[in-house]
Amino acid sequence: MADSHLQAVKGAKVLMVGAGGIGCELLKTLALSGFEDIHIIDMDTIEVSNLNRQFLFRQSHVGQSKAKVARDAVLKFKPHINIKPYHANVKSPEFNVEFFKQFSVVLNGLDNLDARRHVNRLCLAAQVPLVESGTTGYLGQVTVHVKGKTECYECQPKPTPKSYPVCTITSTPSKFVHCVVWAKDLLFAKLFGDKSQDNDLNIRPSDDGNTSKNPEDVFERSSDENAEKYGRRIHDHVFGYNIELALANDETWKNRKKPSPIYIKDVLPDKSLQRNGHLENCTSEDMPISTMPTLGLKNPQDIWSLAENAEVFLESLRLFIEKRDKDIGNLIFDKDDQLAVEFVTAAANIRASSFGIPMHSLFEAKGIAGNIVHAVATTNAIIAGLIVIEAIKILQCDFHNCRMSYCLEHPSRKMLLMPVEPFEANKSCYVCSEQTLLLEINTWTTKLRDFVEKIIRNILGMNLPIVMHGANLIYEDGDDIEEDIATNYARNLDKVLAELPSQVTNGTVLTVEDLQQELTCNINIKHREEFDEEKHPDGMVLSGWSGHLNDNKVASNKENDISSAPSAAADAENPDGPDVVPEKPHSGSKRKISEVEESSDNSENPSSKPNLPDRENPHQVDDSNSGDDDDVVMLVALPEAGKKKRVQTAD
Amino acid sequence: MDGEELTAQQTALYDRQIRVWGVDAQKRLSKANVLVSGLNGTVAEFCKNIVLAGVGSLTLMDDRLVTENATHANFLITAEESKLSGRSLAEVYCNSLREFNPMVHVSVEKGDLHYFDGNFFDKFDIVIISGYSLKVKKLINSKCRERQKRIAFYTVECRGSCGEIFVDLQNYTYAQKKSDGTIECHMEYPSLEDAISIPWRDLPKKTTKTYFAMRVLEYFESSQYGKLCQTSDFSLPHVLESRKVLCDEQGLSESHLPDALLNRLVAAGAREYPPVCAILGGFLGQEVIKAISGKGDPIKNFFYFDAADGKGIIEDISPPSK
Ligand SMILES: [Zn+2]
Repeated sequence: MADSHLQAVKGAKVLMVGAGGIGCELLKTLALSGFEDIHIIDMDTIEVSNLNRQFLFRQSHVGQSKAKVARDAVLKFKPHINIKPYHANVKSPEFNVEFFKQFSVVLNGLDNLDARRHVNRLCLAAQVPLVESGTTGYLGQVTVHVKGKTECYECQPKPTPKSYPVCTITSTPSKFVHCVVWAKDLLFAKLFGDKSQDNDLNIRPSDDGNTSKNPEDVFERSSDENAEKYGRRIHDHVFGYNIELALANDETWKNRKKPSPIYIKDVLPDKSLQRNGHLENCTSEDMPISTMPTLGLKNPQDIWSLAENAEVFLESLRLFIEKRDKDIGNLIFDKDDQLAVEFVTAAANIRASSFGIPMHSLFEAKGIAGNIVHAVATTNAIIAGLIVIEAIKILQCDFHNCRMSYCLEHPSRKMLLMPVEPFEANKSCYVCSEQTLLLEINTWTTKLRDFVEKIIRNILGMNLPIVMHGANLIYEDGDDIEEDIATNYARNLDKVLAELPSQVTNGTVLTVEDLQQELTCNINIKHREEFDEEKHPDGMVLSGWSGHLNDNKVASNKENDISSAPSAAADAENPDGPDVVPEKPHSGSKRKISEVEESSDNSENPSSKPNLPDRENPHQVDDSNSGDDDDVVMLVALPEAGKKKRVQTAD
Repeated sequence: MDGEELTAQQTALYDRQIRVWGVDAQKRLSKANVLVSGLNGTVAEFCKNIVLAGVGSLTLMDDRLVTENATHANFLITAEESKLSGRSLAEVYCNSLREFNPMVHVSVEKGDLHYFDGNFFDKFDIVIISGYSLKVKKLINSKCRERQKRIAFYTVECRGSCGEIFVDLQNYTYAQKKSDGTIECHMEYPSLEDAISIPWRDLPKKTTKTYFAMRVLEYFESSQYGKLCQTSDFSLPHVLESRKVLCDEQGLSESHLPDALLNRLVAAGAREYPPVCAILGGFLGQEVIKAISGKGDPIKNFFYFDAADGKGIIEDISPPSK
């Protein structure tokens, strides 16, 4: 390494966000490259499935802070450098603009869109260059964002998580993923989750009234009903009775294949389950509760028969009731909860079978349900190397030579690593330029709460927002709000916009601000009453930032997020982020999953598909990696090539 | 690949990567035996990747003793190790790598690889060497090729901000993924000797300059001056002279191989640049996993990375097929 490199590197203080797949590789390469002052934030703890690529961690570290263990591991081969770990969420208030200002450059190895956007804003506010990264399988990318020189991370709108129309999930599934979403977000949530949550599990018969029983009562277990009897009843209700009800609606099945109801007596004719005798002894302290050993199911790659699925369904339900009674009522689906994965797999398969959709193995169902991202060590190592190369250019103020880099699975013009000149900032980016947004909304029916959750938090990505109408504060989030004011805000949240103390109507300009992110947006309100329910199920259309936003993007996955782990993880990569698969059918946008450009938010996931700068063929997309079913592939659209100016021309 | 199933422990540990390459590939990996000779920062990266991925066994060869100097770019050598003299690089690598994945059998073989007879090579599916002279590279490559069994052979070199990987899979058949299923694909690789004997005048104009630069340095190093020294003042004139000899001999204009590039490589000497090690070790790891699993398009037959332009380029340098 040249001396000028070494000088720049030695004097630098860098911040790494994320100590996961990319983070471990990055910390190692930074230390070996001569960096001597590295701060690292990660809120996550180590899991077994990290160990195949997060090489700084060992089995004995499972459960410990990633940031701290990573530090100790690196100091073993590179002592005498300063590595400061923070076992914390990057979105927490201690990491404010002042905090960010102390660094020469910020390096992201994050797993979710939320945190990426947050860091982008802090870097803009603190005027610190950002190197952003992501990987999925063999694909990866590194981008450089320097205020005033390149686009920011959000100049190209990031597609919101995939979601499905409610009716696809509740009534007309056509793919296995729809069945998984149903099993996880509706059935599992209904049986084991928070009872107060809305749930669309029960389809409402079109001719209401002839159902004697309130559908809500169906899921209650009466005191004289044993777990097995209850399980059989639930099975027949959701896979039998509900399907019959749905079949009654001829309109639905005009152009679709009809499902067949499935009743337990047909699948498992013998009265009770065949269990191996030593059942009760199987569940020792250190073994997770599971149906598989007792049912003789060994290989998670196998696809179970319908009868096996029915057995797993009944048995897992029974184990929840008998062994995990205290969890019932507050369970949230977790991909690491073996019994939950077994239940969801079985339920999804039975439903799939009913609708003539091929069944899948537990391994596959777990991947879909848990939004598990494909990850390998090699891509992370390559991407981390590229991050360090870009960081060193930034430290030498060699902005002219900074590149975005794409790691491809199949060569494009002989290249597996493709450098691209950074783009100029998008002048209509609401994050890095002052841009007034336009929001079409029904001010007489939309509550402030919906506006705050769906627009401000989910679309604008603000963490602690303040909403102002002129000088009047309408809403504010934060810890230090006085009680009476907080009560007032809470009251406002339940009011429709036009009835707020300071009325929000057609022509109102609202100012929305996040003090931590130092981001302010002005939003022009336009009253509108008619919305296409499929396109804009939330009845809101935000525009003015980029055409992309006009349609399809009002999908929230935070509100009523009944199935995902905390989404604001400052985590490096574990695919716990909520999203390759839609979390919440309610807010479903009409878009089909295969059209969705990106899953914004899973682990080491690139924020956009390699954007191949092929002169002759600027729209070429290297699609060769999409051999998988399109439900899991994370495809990303090319930014419209014409729209963007490169900062400079390549050779 | 039926028969033995992966254990629950393997399934849990390898979950994320099985989602990338599938169970069959994972089973094949766990049965593959890899030999690495000539240890350095790039090879360390490769070893880490392949051990994490879960190969069956990894055998390390390098009797050079660990010195404090060698630690400037190596995460497999702890600070304490570097002070304890008397242990070989292979032994120290072995200890660290074992910890990365207890399911992989990591071991040390003493001696010089080029003195081993052909039978020794039969124990391996993959042979990787680094830091050897051109003569030895060719020799080991041909020993691999002489065996009945197909042994995949790779070389990897990092020279400052530039790196090169050479791949010889001999006659290689693999499953190529197409949009409508997989098809069987066949590839013929030339040996290192055959590849680099193609006269430069016969190579496509767009062939990366790094290819030629690497050959010039190889030529220089096999001359009387030996290894590049850290002081470029001494080496550079001789390297430029090597360029002239080769260019004249092989019919390429000297201007095709700019001074600046050679200067940069000479200045780097034998030093490795850690980000480039990570990138080369990453690609080499991927290639070896592809070769073992028979899945995915392998590189044929050279790969170059240059941090100066950020390009990672594949060059197919093979004699015209007969
Ligand atoms: Zn921007």
